[in-house]
Amino acid sequence: MPSFLKEFFNRNGTGMGLTILGLVLFWTIGLIILPQLSMLDFSFRPNLPPPEIGGPKDVYTLENYKYLIYGPEGGSQDYNTVDLRVFFRTLVAAVCVTIFNLILCYPIAYYLGQSKGSHIRIFAIMLIIPYWINEILRAFALRIIFGETGVLNTLFTGLGIWDTPFDFIRNDIALYAGLGYAYILLMIFPIYNVIESLDRNQIEAARDLGAPWWRIHWRVVIPYAKPGISSGCTMVFMLSAGALAAPQILGGPSSLWFTQLIYQQFNDNNDWPQGAAYAVVLLVTCILFVLAMMRLFKVNMGDIGK
Amino acid sequence: MSAGIGVDLENLWIRFGDFVAVRDANVHINGGDFFSFLGPSGCGKTTILRAVSGFLEPSEGNVLIGGKNMKGIGPNKRPTALIFQNLALFPLMKVWENITFSMEIKGASAAERRKRADELLDMIALPGQGDKLPSELSGGQRQRVAIARALCAKPDVLLLDEPLSALDLKLRQHMRTELREIQQRVGITFIYITHDQGEALTMSDNIAVMRAGVIDQIADGKTIYNDPATAFAASFVGENNVFRGKAKRVMGDEALIATNRSGELVARISTANRGKLAEGDDAMMFIRPEAFSVAPEGASGDHFVTARVTHEEFEGNVFNIFTEGDGGKEIKVSIPNHGQSFKDHTGQNITLEYDTRNAVVVPAGELAAE
Ligand SMILES: Nc1ncnc2c1ncn2[C@@H]1O[C@H](COP(=O)(O)OP(=O)(O)O)[C@@H](O)[C@H]1O
Ligand SMILES: [Mg+2]
Repeated sequence: MPSFLKEFFNRNGTGMGLTILGLVLFWTIGLIILPQLSMLDFSFRPNLPPPEIGGPKDVYTLENYKYLIYGPEGGSQDYNTVDLRVFFRTLVAAVCVTIFNLILCYPIAYYLGQSKGSHIRIFAIMLIIPYWINEILRAFALRIIFGETGVLNTLFTGLGIWDTPFDFIRNDIALYAGLGYAYILLMIFPIYNVIESLDRNQIEAARDLGAPWWRIHWRVVIPYAKPGISSGCTMVFMLSAGALAAPQILGGPSSLWFTQLIYQQFNDNNDWPQGAAYAVVLLVTCILFVLAMMRLFKVNMGDIGK
Repeated sequence: MSAGIGVDLENLWIRFGDFVAVRDANVHINGGDFFSFLGPSGCGKTTILRAVSGFLEPSEGNVLIGGKNMKGIGPNKRPTALIFQNLALFPLMKVWENITFSMEIKGASAAERRKRADELLDMIALPGQGDKLPSELSGGQRQRVAIARALCAKPDVLLLDEPLSALDLKLRQHMRTELREIQQRVGITFIYITHDQGEALTMSDNIAVMRAGVIDQIADGKTIYNDPATAFAASFVGENNVFRGKAKRVMGDEALIATNRSGELVARISTANRGKLAEGDDAMMFIRPEAFSVAPEGASGDHFVTARVTHEEFEGNVFNIFTEGDGGKEIKVSIPNHGQSFKDHTGQNITLEYDTRNAVVVPAGELAAE
């Protein structure tokens, strides 16, 4: 038995230890790994009516993946441009949401992390409370703000700043705002956590040596906060790319999010293998993208846990 | 002689809310001096240093550097460099990048910076260590890197906030000599903060003794040791025996003190208090352990103290004799060991003699906490 297991059992007792271990294994294997594996399995199978499952036609195939690239067989186009475009637009948009969120949240996290006093607690509570409201309500609240007859348009047309209402929804501004807002905390807290532990004297030392504020951030604060920044960016990117409710409610009629395509395959077309293949492609692409970014910015896997 | 840039504090007050951290400080620091602020923890030393470096605006009064008023000038624009109590090296930068950070800001090329870093690394006796991270160095080495980083900025005034407090005793004593040497080599003004009187005495040209936001005395180390201005300075700097009493008679620069427990004794009035100590005033008399000698039995007079010996210690170079002293505080006497045979006096009465020139009287005041 490895020493960490032995110590674990010594600390918790054999009975309790086995229970905890069992629950953890059930959680990771039973609830996460097995369903995902079965999704992976689905994605390599043809979509068959129930009687034919397990029959001679039920063989592993790459059809579902080919579909994403080439579209239906005998279709009018060489490539499945519609779905591919949605796929890449989703990734680019998720990157944009992440960058936008980082730019917005870094100053907030820096401020929270470096000032002391009870007002920080109040500030944090004010950030957290809105998350008690469920996602759907928050999204519809943004519709009220950004809608054609919404708060912003009423305000600006009323003030005479523009005369025809601006379509925030069709231009995806409402969607970006909604996604950005949805994951603000996931960006702020990891960065805040790291910056809070940054010794104030380092900032003062840099200033004392003549550094202007931007260089202090560039050379001292940001390198130190890098683990928090990568952790926040990873979470926001993954969750934005995989978001469903916000694109559904706030997205313009012509702009689909890739998750909506996946949803359609599962739900409307009742084609689970196709949906599973799309989901797998999205997941794997996101993971590869994140790993590539981590390599580019020299971030270690361990840093993500901070 | 003043080659370097001097610093003046004029009527400096610093308040945090109602709390007064520095009260009306007036200090003149000569250019090129090694000047120390010496005082117990919490007396306002760091606060003064932060006002000089520009991190803190004084509530009242002025900081002048090289005669120029620093009001409204930020820390990145002052000709000072501060060495922080915890050093505050940048943990993610290599040693050479740390040292030349001030050059990076001015846009110096990497080659220039490398060259300067190598020069400074040679100076601080860490050649070839530029590519390490600070965490890969020992405490003493990190200490030197912090000094090099500050000196690289070519400051006119180097400010040091208890820079040796994190080191072990031996290294601390070694670094004292080294700091003093560096200061003499670069010839700029050093303002040094410490609660360790040994550090202040060995390194400084001049010392300001501080107590709870107030500066009690500014003088060179010898003067502060031999001629303290206040009871606090006398008891904080070096070991001292206190005798409380009243000034019975003032005779020129000497006074006869009616002590509470040791009879009437004569002592020199400290220079700062001449003409101020009046007959009938509460006074405190201080005699250093090494200023006593054991008198022949039966001797008596106004420079003899008789007391019962509680215990004795042999320290190699000195014998320490402890007797029952004034106000519960014991009197310590250190007799140099010249190979004379030492008699054990424990439990007996002993008569001690001192030279009246080596005993000082100041007005009664607050003593330093043990
Ligand atoms: N920013 C501050 N706010 C309130 N009180 C402070 C602040 N900085 C220092 N003080 C107080 O001022 C006094 C002197 O502090 P400091 O200068 O750090 O002492 P020293 O360096 O001599 O140990 C202390 O009592 C400290 O609590
Ligand atoms: Mg201090």
